[in-house]
Amino acid sequence: MTPTIVLPVMIGGLYAAGVYLLLDRSLTRVLLGFLLLGNATNLLLLSSGGPAGLAPILGYSDADEINDPLPQALILTAIVITFGISAFVLAIIHRSWRLARNEAVGTDEEDRRVAARRATDADELDPDDLAPEDRAAMHADSLRADLEEIADDVDVPAGRGAP
Amino acid sequence: MIEVLAPLPVLLPLLGAAGALLVARHPTFQRSLSIVVLVAVLGVSVALLFLADAQGAGAVSVGGWPVPLGVVLVVDRLSALMLVVASTVALGVLVFAVGQGAADGSEETPLSIFHPTFLVLVAGVSNAFLAGDLFNLYVGFEILLMASYVLLTLGGTAARIRGGITYIVVSLTSSLLFLAGIGLVYAATGTVNMAQLAVRLAELPEGMQVVLQSMLLVAFGIKAAVFPLSAWLPDSYPTAPAPVTAVFAGLLTKVGVYALIRTQTLLFPGGALDDVLMWAALATMLVGILGAVAQSDLRRMLSFTLVSHIGYMVFGIALGTAAGLAGAVFYVTHHIAIQTTLFLVAGLVERQGGTTAVDRLGGLARRSPLLAVLFFVPAMNLAGIPPLSGFIGKLGLLEAGVAEGSAMAYALVAGGVVTSLLTLLAVGRVWTRAFWRSPNQAPAEDTAAAAAADATQRRRPADDDLAAPDDDRPRTALQDAWRRHTAVATATEAEVPPAAGAVRALRPLPPTMVGATAALAALTVALTGLAGPLYGLADRAATDLVDRTPYVSSVFGEAP
Repeated sequence: MTPTIVLPVMIGGLYAAGVYLLLDRSLTRVLLGFLLLGNATNLLLLSSGGPAGLAPILGYSDADEINDPLPQALILTAIVITFGISAFVLAIIHRSWRLARNEAVGTDEEDRRVAARRATDADELDPDDLAPEDRAAMHADSLRADLEEIADDVDVPAGRGAP
Repeated sequence: MIEVLAPLPVLLPLLGAAGALLVARHPTFQRSLSIVVLVAVLGVSVALLFLADAQGAGAVSVGGWPVPLGVVLVVDRLSALMLVVASTVALGVLVFAVGQGAADGSEETPLSIFHPTFLVLVAGVSNAFLAGDLFNLYVGFEILLMASYVLLTLGGTAARIRGGITYIVVSLTSSLLFLAGIGLVYAATGTVNMAQLAVRLAELPEGMQVVLQSMLLVAFGIKAAVFPLSAWLPDSYPTAPAPVTAVFAGLLTKVGVYALIRTQTLLFPGGALDDVLMWAALATMLVGILGAVAQSDLRRMLSFTLVSHIGYMVFGIALGTAAGLAGAVFYVTHHIAIQTTLFLVAGLVERQGGTTAVDRLGGLARRSPLLAVLFFVPAMNLAGIPPLSGFIGKLGLLEAGVAEGSAMAYALVAGGVVTSLLTLLAVGRVWTRAFWRSPNQAPAEDTAAAAAADATQRRRPADDDLAAPDDDRPRTALQDAWRRHTAVATATEAEVPPAAGAVRALRPLPPTMVGATAALAALTVALTGLAGPLYGLADRAATDLVDRTPYVSSVFGEAP
């Protein structure tokens, strides 16, 4: 019954690999990372039961020499939960692939839009409050900028998209 | 009596979920079954609250195992109060969902899945509130999270899958942190029973206590959406169906707040990390509300205010005094009801106006005065206008902060006032634009930003138009959009081509949905009327929390 170095090293390695995979954009890697992290946590729970001992079965081994059974019960529960969630995430990955032919973590478009908006967007100002020359100047600016952006994305020759 | 009733809030919804799954082919029967189950849960919770308030905390060991070994369910004033509020809003949301399902048919939300999953969610929330040991708390969290994954991605549309993935990955990370924390706590103390932990954790060296405490705080902080860990919330919540968002906003983050309260009072009463929590509270309030002011979509705005107002509760918890905790408990109660109501109203606005983009809405106050009242009263309540319950909760917290008297507490008091004002600004903008301005003000429908958004939408990669480069639809659509943009922006009388996607869905509001929302809105007003007794209850709950002995002795019997 001596403390072992193997478990801590394995736990650390699994956590490192799991975090690395979890940070990837590809969903399959995220799932694999989650599985590694789950296994690392289960090993951590196992090692929290103290040094290794005999199987905790009544009548099979001495009460002094048995391992702590509680962490093992906790691990069993955690394994079942991990299993269920993995199945669900797999289904999500499949659905994402069916929908977008893509299994990467998406971006929040609305968030990008809000971030890219000018501090006082056109809808914040009542055009009637502006002098006519101000109106034209302001909207000419925003129009040109937006048109260039659109020309980049849609491949419309610049100038032809203008009204 | 508590011993008999305590397991029911978990047991009834689970059995009800099984029953609802069995009768999935009979929608009417399934609906009535779910509603009956939730009414029963509400009744049991109210009975538990009265018993816990009259007789003090009670515990029941499930399966009859001796106390530190078996699973313990503990009912004290705090958990009973949480149960009552949670089952009330769950019932309201369920009625709303039934109304929506009856009006829409089952195309958008597959109802046969919805009801059992919703009941499992309620069971998980109840289990988390009642859990007397850390691992059972973890199981409660997992039950409610599993149900929430299904509800959030209901129907499996692209937007929901995208938002759902973020939510799932973040929740998984927090669960793993929590589980690792449980492992470390067990390694250090040899128990996961919270009452026993309350005694044993104090015997550990100080550094180890801080490590364990911070692991649990980070795990619960992610669930409660406290600032540096809150970015997932406004990203994932707005995509879900209206009733789902409403129940998530009301309940799920508050389960995290409840776990934070237990960690800070029962397990680690020393207050070692109170300063960190104070900073987090301040940042949560300010960053959240600044995000809310920037939004132009009603649901996203509400999601950001949700994050922001979590800061008030964390503020009360971080103060650590009985007054601060009482304020936090009252604020949690108020906020569950108010946020759920507002998200339900957002669902009604979407039905009435065809969108939740505030730029495109207008004239709702004239078209549907009832809807306007239903939005206005809870919105003012959220901003903390006297004499509504939001004002009372904020006042209690600010008083507790002033009574504490440290510089950081004063900074938080100032931050709380600023947040309240900015909340008023955010909801006021929605009110003036979506409800108040007259519908014939053309910008309501056709703003430059809306036109630009239309143009953006056509550029989405999912759009099949782009697959065929010869097709000139995107170009014409773009030109239309820009013509609208210039016409609107310069406010000329030029003829504006009608926007392709701007046909308003003028569906009448089903009475069941309006009724459920109105009932919850009435509840938020009633919280104001009942604020005296409720605050008294919150005070007693907070005294119990600071005292800690009622909880511990209820688990261990007379001799702790």
